[in-house]
Amino acid sequence: MGSGRLYAAVAAGGFRRYATYRAATAAGVFTNTVFGIILVYTYLALWDERPHLGGYDQTQAVTYAWLGQALYSTLAIQGGGAEKDLMARIRTGEIAVDLYRPADLQLWWLASDLGRAVFQMLGRGVIPFTFGALFFSMALPQDITTWVAFLVAVALAMIVSFGIRYLAALMMFWLMDDRGVTQTMMILGIFCSGMTLPLNAFPDPFGDIVQSLPWAAQLQMPANVLMGEVSPWHAYAFQAGWAVVLLAAGRLLQSAATRRVVVQGG
Amino acid sequence: MAEATRLGEGLRAYRLIAGMWIRSTMTYRTSFALTVVGNLLITGMDFAAILLMFSQVDSLGGWTLPEVALLYGLSATAFGFADLLLGSMDVLGGRIRDGSFDTLLVRPAPVLAQVGADQFALRRLGRITQGVLVLGYALVAVDVEWTAAKVLLVPVMVVCGAVIFGSLFVAGAAFQFVAQDAAEVQNAFTYGGGTLLQYPPTVFGTDLVRGVTYVLPLAFVNWVPAAYVLGRPYPLDLPEWAAFAPPLVAGGFCVLAGLAWRAGLRAYRSTGS
Repeated sequence: MGSGRLYAAVAAGGFRRYATYRAATAAGVFTNTVFGIILVYTYLALWDERPHLGGYDQTQAVTYAWLGQALYSTLAIQGGGAEKDLMARIRTGEIAVDLYRPADLQLWWLASDLGRAVFQMLGRGVIPFTFGALFFSMALPQDITTWVAFLVAVALAMIVSFGIRYLAALMMFWLMDDRGVTQTMMILGIFCSGMTLPLNAFPDPFGDIVQSLPWAAQLQMPANVLMGEVSPWHAYAFQAGWAVVLLAAGRLLQSAATRRVVVQGG
Repeated sequence: MAEATRLGEGLRAYRLIAGMWIRSTMTYRTSFALTVVGNLLITGMDFAAILLMFSQVDSLGGWTLPEVALLYGLSATAFGFADLLLGSMDVLGGRIRDGSFDTLLVRPAPVLAQVGADQFALRRLGRITQGVLVLGYALVAVDVEWTAAKVLLVPVMVVCGAVIFGSLFVAGAAFQFVAQDAAEVQNAFTYGGGTLLQYPPTVFGTDLVRGVTYVLPLAFVNWVPAAYVLGRPYPLDLPEWAAFAPPLVAGGFCVLAGLAWRAGLRAYRSTGS
């Protein structure tokens, strides 16, 4: 029970840390909104040319675009969540302090990242999405159950997103310079999450491949749950499956890394 | 004469600082190679998105793939040069916050040159390479009756576009003196502008096109001059000569960015730490 409170406190800390920078949050909202507008117009032009592309109609494509902007920083799709700090701590050697703590390394960082994600969703996600709903026609559900089901899918997406970034961060134990990993993660994240184009609008067989990768659990699944394109239980099974695989892989890599840890600096 | 020496001093300082950052980057060669490729791929994702769209359709907003590629290549190459030379200016916000900006003020070199060269990132050659590749493809693939004016307009667009985007970076940096934590707002104009110009003007709403023509005239980076090259109707029915206005617009951007930078620098209050 005590450890539950510890991780709740860590999560609250992650939330508060990001909540401190109000001007930065407002700036992020503005930027996401501008990018949302640009993206929506390109989608409108595309769906104008090919109605029902990927099984979406125009309003669904618009909804998807705004959802992408709303979840962009929440799911740290191009990186930049807790893993950024973890990478820095491994590089500087401060990770030694974390390893001495009477807490689980992975759970500690997961809690911290979830706190961040929840803040980013409330602080940075809601306004661009509402802006989109006000100025463009979107396909939003009328019943509360679908919204709740959607929020559950977002929560699972947060865990999958952390799972991917935690693996990337642990690479620092071997590589020391984070730029290559960060960029690889960014490319895969933006592309395979469907930030550029919904994954169901990808040409076959490419579309089927990306839709089976863990990144599909991030944006595509919550979007499809919100728009009723997939049954929530199917989405949850897919997301939870990847979450378990990624977190287990994170554990394995973590134990390999800490067994050979040579602390930097001094 | 004094102005000329000052410019020379600035360029010299820029060259020295950028050279130092290049040497520092080269310490980790594998990482450098990876990041150049990474930069190329990351910036290429925008074009991959366009290719994905064209795998499903034959035209977007009435423009064909080679035509959109021309817009893309011009925007990405111009942006790439601005990004290489001045794209690291967003670290200025951090320097203002932690007080290390004071150090730049007491050094005997123009501050703008120091800030511009700060964290100079050679990996950004990746973006230029990618933009040039797409531009090269577009120039070969578009169906255009090339005249002397059209040929000349291509390098003019790239240079003026780079100046326009560079001015945005400088203005964005100046904005950080007052904005502090809100630094990300400048991304909406720099990266947002770059992305916007990769798509045909016919895709966007009229008000948005008006905004980027008359208020923040980014349309002169490529939309208007490229419409002339491709023999397409201009956005907003602009007059024929508007295609040759980019140098004028770029000059205006430079002057305004310079004024903004001076105003920002004057408004600077040190953290005192």
